[in-house]
Amino acid sequence: MTARSARNLRRISQVLFFLIFFWLILKTNFGVSFEATSGGDIRLPYPVSLFLEFDPLTALTTLLSGGTIYKGLLWSLVILIPTIFLGRFFCGWICPLGSLNHWISEIPSERLRRKGKGKIDSNRYKKYQRIKYFVFLFFIAAALMGSLQAGLLDPLPFLARSIGTVVLPTVQTGALGVVGWVKSIGYPPLGDAAQYVYDLLAPLFFNFRQVHFHAMLTIGLLFIIVLVLNRIYTRFWCRAVCPLGAMLGIFSRYAIFGLKKDEPSCTHCNECLLHCQGADNPDVGSKWRQAECHLCLNCQATCPENSLSFCFFPDQEHTAANPAGTPKVDITRRKVLASLAAGAVFVPMIRSGDAYEANPNPGLIRPPGAVDESAFLAKCIRCGQCMRVCPNNALHPTLLESGLEGIWTPIIIARIGYCEPTCTLCGQVCPTGAILELTTLQKVGDKDNPPNRIGTAFFDRGRCLPWAMGKTCIVCEEWCPTSPKAVFFIEENVVDRNGQSSLVKRPYIEPELCTGCGACEFACPVIDKPAVYITSIGESRSPENQILLQRNGAQKT
Amino acid sequence: MHQDKKDRILLKIHRHPNGGAMKRREFIKKTGQALGLAVVTGGTGLLFHNRESVAYQQLSSKTASFIVPVNPGLPQLTLSASEDHIKALNATLDAIGGITRFVKKGEKITIKPNVGWDRTPEQGANTNPILVGEMVRLCLEAGAAEVIVTDVTCNYAPRCFLRSGIQEAAEAAGARVILPRDEDYVKIDLGGEMLTVWPVLKHFVETDRLINMPIVKHHSLSRCTIGMKNLYGILGGRRNQLHQQIDQSIVDLANFCRPTLTVVDATRVMHRGGPTGGSLDDVTIENTVMCATDQVAADARAAEFLAMEAAQVGHIALAHKSGLGEIDYKAAGYKEIIS
Repeated sequence: MTARSARNLRRISQVLFFLIFFWLILKTNFGVSFEATSGGDIRLPYPVSLFLEFDPLTALTTLLSGGTIYKGLLWSLVILIPTIFLGRFFCGWICPLGSLNHWISEIPSERLRRKGKGKIDSNRYKKYQRIKYFVFLFFIAAALMGSLQAGLLDPLPFLARSIGTVVLPTVQTGALGVVGWVKSIGYPPLGDAAQYVYDLLAPLFFNFRQVHFHAMLTIGLLFIIVLVLNRIYTRFWCRAVCPLGAMLGIFSRYAIFGLKKDEPSCTHCNECLLHCQGADNPDVGSKWRQAECHLCLNCQATCPENSLSFCFFPDQEHTAANPAGTPKVDITRRKVLASLAAGAVFVPMIRSGDAYEANPNPGLIRPPGAVDESAFLAKCIRCGQCMRVCPNNALHPTLLESGLEGIWTPIIIARIGYCEPTCTLCGQVCPTGAILELTTLQKVGDKDNPPNRIGTAFFDRGRCLPWAMGKTCIVCEEWCPTSPKAVFFIEENVVDRNGQSSLVKRPYIEPELCTGCGACEFACPVIDKPAVYITSIGESRSPENQILLQRNGAQKT
Repeated sequence: MHQDKKDRILLKIHRHPNGGAMKRREFIKKTGQALGLAVVTGGTGLLFHNRESVAYQQLSSKTASFIVPVNPGLPQLTLSASEDHIKALNATLDAIGGITRFVKKGEKITIKPNVGWDRTPEQGANTNPILVGEMVRLCLEAGAAEVIVTDVTCNYAPRCFLRSGIQEAAEAAGARVILPRDEDYVKIDLGGEMLTVWPVLKHFVETDRLINMPIVKHHSLSRCTIGMKNLYGILGGRRNQLHQQIDQSIVDLANFCRPTLTVVDATRVMHRGGPTGGSLDDVTIENTVMCATDQVAADARAAEFLAMEAAQVGHIALAHKSGLGEIDYKAAGYKEIIS
């Protein structure tokens, strides 16, 4: 195989894996299989979080924070073990965020053409590339202390979250806007054509109902920053920030595959540097850095003299004019310790605040099947798959509802969407077990089994129509999906300002029956600030956050 | 100061940047451009000027009356009971004049079952999918050009249509199942006492015939939900506020929306915990199907399954009083087909 065809293989691989990643996110929706006869469970036909399960950083950090490697996460070894022998092939060949960064870096521009020399210089190894190791070590220590923060910057959850909660909803809003605009022109055939195109594409890309995500702006801004940085430094994210790249770089310590440089044939034309993705010093005369190389093979393919070649056991003699490469990571022991210490201190520091235990947000309503909060923070990688799959748009990335520690973890906002009792999709897609997979029976419960509760509903009698204004309503009762209904009413005599009395049905909550699904809050006609709302108390996952001494269903611990 | 320089200062405004005097042609061109933009700007302002302080609202003038003429020789309400639900449906339909009385060749038919909730057929919260499938088949057999099955669900529409079994049954029979989307509504003045301008799902007005296919259920506010209450499902918008005047709202709606035929599904009847139910204990098996050209008569008869007297049910009594139909269903022309 020639050097060029090897590089083309890499290009094909990048496109292929990016499409797989994107396709799996698209399939994380209500395209389900359903057999009415077999109990009526709705299941996803594909393992849509499969790509996320190949993430070694997720596997390692969840192992450190939670003590186990959950289900499909063992797939990550398929990436990690070859990395030990080959180096960071994942970054150059597979990583979808890496590929995105690669492509955006490569978009030609006037500025890039002018700055050939500057670009050559910017593609030499720089000290700032060590930041990613500090980030990685910080996350490792935080994970050891029980707080999983790696998902913030781990490229696979990062990209899944950005596409699922920002890119696709933005495109949907835009597309609907365009369709609406075309229709408003007043020429029906054109409007019909626009609607037809939308109807054709929408089922593939969008949720049936337009989704609206809380905190999406913060996710979107970070995503845009990461993409734009590529225009200043090639693959800045991959070089300087990515903790997964750092981990794979560290695991390349004993790689047997690498770059061999032939000094006599080199003319120092610097073509290799002009195209280097990892800034790993591919040129003759500098020390090649195994841990920084993405194995993109650009240097080998562009070298006009064929002085550079990737091979197994590149045992190259070390000379002053052509130093041998190094597999070592460029950080001192002291900085390793400092990064670890920072991560270790971060966790007690953030938890000494009030958000974690002393004063948790009452609106912190986790998805059904979520594990207890401390275990949840040790498992959730904030990939946003649960939010993407939720048919009701009930699940959202938090901003500060679970403190800074839990930013972008899932929360239910019932005003936007309630938790459908017979739906178990979020647990099906969670790659780390932060949300456990429930059966419909486990979720809904029956005479012998308690239901899974996510909270409890309360009335705000100052806003409730029958309570505050003597008007008929009880939409909450109509919508309450438990059987018997947790919302019940009592007909009471109400006297108006003229002394006229009438009978009005006033709603109450039966806490024994309420699962906190939020259907009442969703349906309440007092739309700006509902007169019935759910809070987290009574959630099955917590032994402490309970309201009644005994309640049918508080999980025994 | 030199004369030359003075001249230049005096002539400055008439001079071209490069020193030469401005040509006439250029003067006309530049002034013309400026005038053109000024006219467009001013014209745009005048064109879109809104003197009224109210927002402009485009209303559709569509109506939703799809009734067939009354035939004195035929009953207004027929009922049949059979464990074979398809047989029961056909028997009632034949007794009221047969499908060809209601569906003509080439017509576009909309069928409105109750698909309100994320429930399975056994739970009896949505219309029996077997009946919906058979109705679709009959319409197509009678020569309908297109049969649409749709409903504005309460729970997430794809879930409701999936778990109710209605999507599968209707599609298998050849219908086009439409899940309502935000952009599919038209604003219509319903002309009611409570209901004035509301968004209506366009498929319920842009059609030739409407077949209402309710299921018989308990409802804690309106006491029961049968035919007329099922018409809530043609509306979008803030319909949860209709509860504040539920009886008048239902009657307004029934006055606006006159289905060609009402097919009442009483194969399973929900007695408690309605309209959502959930427990099989709340449901009894009645194996009964009714067909009606009088909505009020249909509701009055169906209320008996819930052990209710129609006159005691607010919206049925009010509908009768408003002249929408006959609460004394036997007087309307009632026929039971015992098989």
